Amino acid sequence: MERLASHNVGQQPQTLNDKLWDGHVVHQAEGEPDLLYIDLHLVHEVTSPQAFDGLRLAGRAVRRPDLTVATMDHNTPTIGLDLPLADPVSAKQIETLAANCAEFGVTLYPMGHAKQGIVHVIGPEQGLTQPGMTIVCGDSHTSTHGAFGALAFGIGTSEVEHVLATQTLPQRRPANMAVTIDGDLPAGVTAKDVILALIGRIGTGGGVGHVIEYRGSTIRSLSMEGRMTICNMSIEAGARAGMVAPDDTTFAWLEGRPHAPTGADWERALDHWRSLVTDEGAMFDKEVVIDATSLRPHVSWGTNPSQVVPIDGAVPDPDAIADAGQAESARRALTYMGLQAGTPMREVPVDTVFIGSCTNSRIEDLRAAAAVVDGRHISAGMRAMVVPGSMRVKADAEAEGLDRIFTAAGFEWRSAGCSMCLGMNPDQLAPQERCASTSNRNFEGRQGRGGRTHLVSPAVAAATALAGHFATPEDIR
Amino acid sequence: MEPVRQITGTAVPLRRADVDTDQIIPSEWLKRVERTGFGQGLFAEWRSDPEFVLNQPRYKGASVLVTGPNFGTGSSREHAVWALQDYGFRAVVSPSFADIFRTNCTKAGLLPVQVDADAAEALLAAVETDPAVVVTIDVEARTLLAAAAGVSTTFPLDDFTRWRFLEGLDDIGLSLRNEQKIVAYEAARPAWMPSAGRVAAT
Repeated sequence: MERLASHNVGQQPQTLNDKLWDGHVVHQAEGEPDLLYIDLHLVHEVTSPQAFDGLRLAGRAVRRPDLTVATMDHNTPTIGLDLPLADPVSAKQIETLAANCAEFGVTLYPMGHAKQGIVHVIGPEQGLTQPGMTIVCGDSHTSTHGAFGALAFGIGTSEVEHVLATQTLPQRRPANMAVTIDGDLPAGVTAKDVILALIGRIGTGGGVGHVIEYRGSTIRSLSMEGRMTICNMSIEAGARAGMVAPDDTTFAWLEGRPHAPTGADWERALDHWRSLVTDEGAMFDKEVVIDATSLRPHVSWGTNPSQVVPIDGAVPDPDAIADAGQAESARRALTYMGLQAGTPMREVPVDTVFIGSCTNSRIEDLRAAAAVVDGRHISAGMRAMVVPGSMRVKADAEAEGLDRIFTAAGFEWRSAGCSMCLGMNPDQLAPQERCASTSNRNFEGRQGRGGRTHLVSPAVAAATALAGHFATPEDIR
Repeated sequence: MEPVRQITGTAVPLRRADVDTDQIIPSEWLKRVERTGFGQGLFAEWRSDPEFVLNQPRYKGASVLVTGPNFGTGSSREHAVWALQDYGFRAVVSPSFADIFRTNCTKAGLLPVQVDADAAEALLAAVETDPAVVVTIDVEARTLLAAAAGVSTTFPLDDFTRWRFLEGLDDIGLSLRNEQKIVAYEAARPAWMPSAGRVAAT
């Protein structure tokens, strides 16, 4: 019997999340967390070294190296890949991952490899991420993989060690939250704007303890790339995970990928995947409804991802915020960000544009940005860079000529990695530099000490690079 | 992890909401491959301000951090927990925690003490006025007592996690008691599921 999702005959209607959960319970007992089986464990250099050390200390092996895939992404430089790493501490971390993978028999896509890239880009791209799976990684943006109808969540290093040793994790069942988004997105409004608007509404703690299922006609119309962008930032709403029930868009995207099933197996898999939907009448613990037709492109103004406004808006006035704690956070944020309340967002000058990260570095993101900059040039003094999410995305983009569009417009065209999303490699902001970034976090110092991050979509990032201040593609036409 | 039964000590007030993991331990510190030595990096940017609460001599030696809601929001870096522990904290008191941070705490042995907003505010205010306020946290009873602050409250900690704290138990050994069930589960997994070692012929 296949037990990845219970068939639920004659039982209460279930959410997709609960089906996936029940299908992965190895052991259940009163007063204990459920022990869940993990179908895929993705590993990168930053959160794994102490976990491998733990295995060595206890004399343990990696239980399922065949369900474990590693890559290098956080520390990797995006230029000069043939040169030694400039930072010896980063170099040691990279070398440690290579040594650990060799010692424990784990498949590794190292720096320079054609399959290397951001861990959340390469999993789906290689077809390793499939509907119905449990997927974990020592990285909070593991929620990305939920776009395929998988239960995917980030874990800490102790849990990484636990999964390496046992291929299971003890977990408490999270609550269910439905976010329903209906209607056609207006022109120029993207998946990124949907998720920024949601986080603006429910806050960075709005999803704590919950798995969000994204539903509704807007989600159904989105590409897999768009769904990944939305699920990716579920963690910015505090959610344990985000997910979208798989459909024909999902299956078409997966078919033919290196690790996707083939032949009769593909048919068997499809039969199973089509059962992965929330049952009619299933209850959610929390529900949020968003009208897509009213959305505008969003820009963050503060130092957490809930501090956002539509691009047509202005920097908010902290004195007008009713909640005292939120008002104080806003005051601190404006000081850090060097912004004045009331300034229209379109009048805020920007000196750096970063297009990349596990949120927005896939081929569709690069196409959207390239369409805006094609035949134009970035504004004087602007530093703009494109960092493809994987070497495969890079190759695909180059085959389409996107690299030439970007470089002709004055953008730097880089190799794959996390790059300026968190500045663990040399790609960083200088103090007080202001960046329009397609990444996911605008925390203080996130992109470099003293740097000022504004979260935007690839289209807004591209238009901003041309205009020199926040802009939409419409503004520069 | 080491057993934790009772924590008695003074506290540091950090009156901020949504303290993210990038503030607790900036990413440049994550390049280290060791599990120790992160205390120096704790709140590294904020500590460059001489007025920052951790720089005030009157809060030296505290073992409890009292802070605003949604503490530990952001990344999965367990380094944030290691940094707090390495600095000397044994418990964090907050009205709410981010999920992954909370889990990381319970794996590494840092006690997450979730109290209601009023209790957190009373404790913050008391400790801001008087750094000598003593906080006693009892894991067995799931209570937090700070008599000088007029705070006496309980906090949630499920029985299993409480047992792990009291006994200092690691999860891996506990999970491996279910080895036969893991083997049985594996035997029932569909063969078409992806494997790192198997790529379709193209």
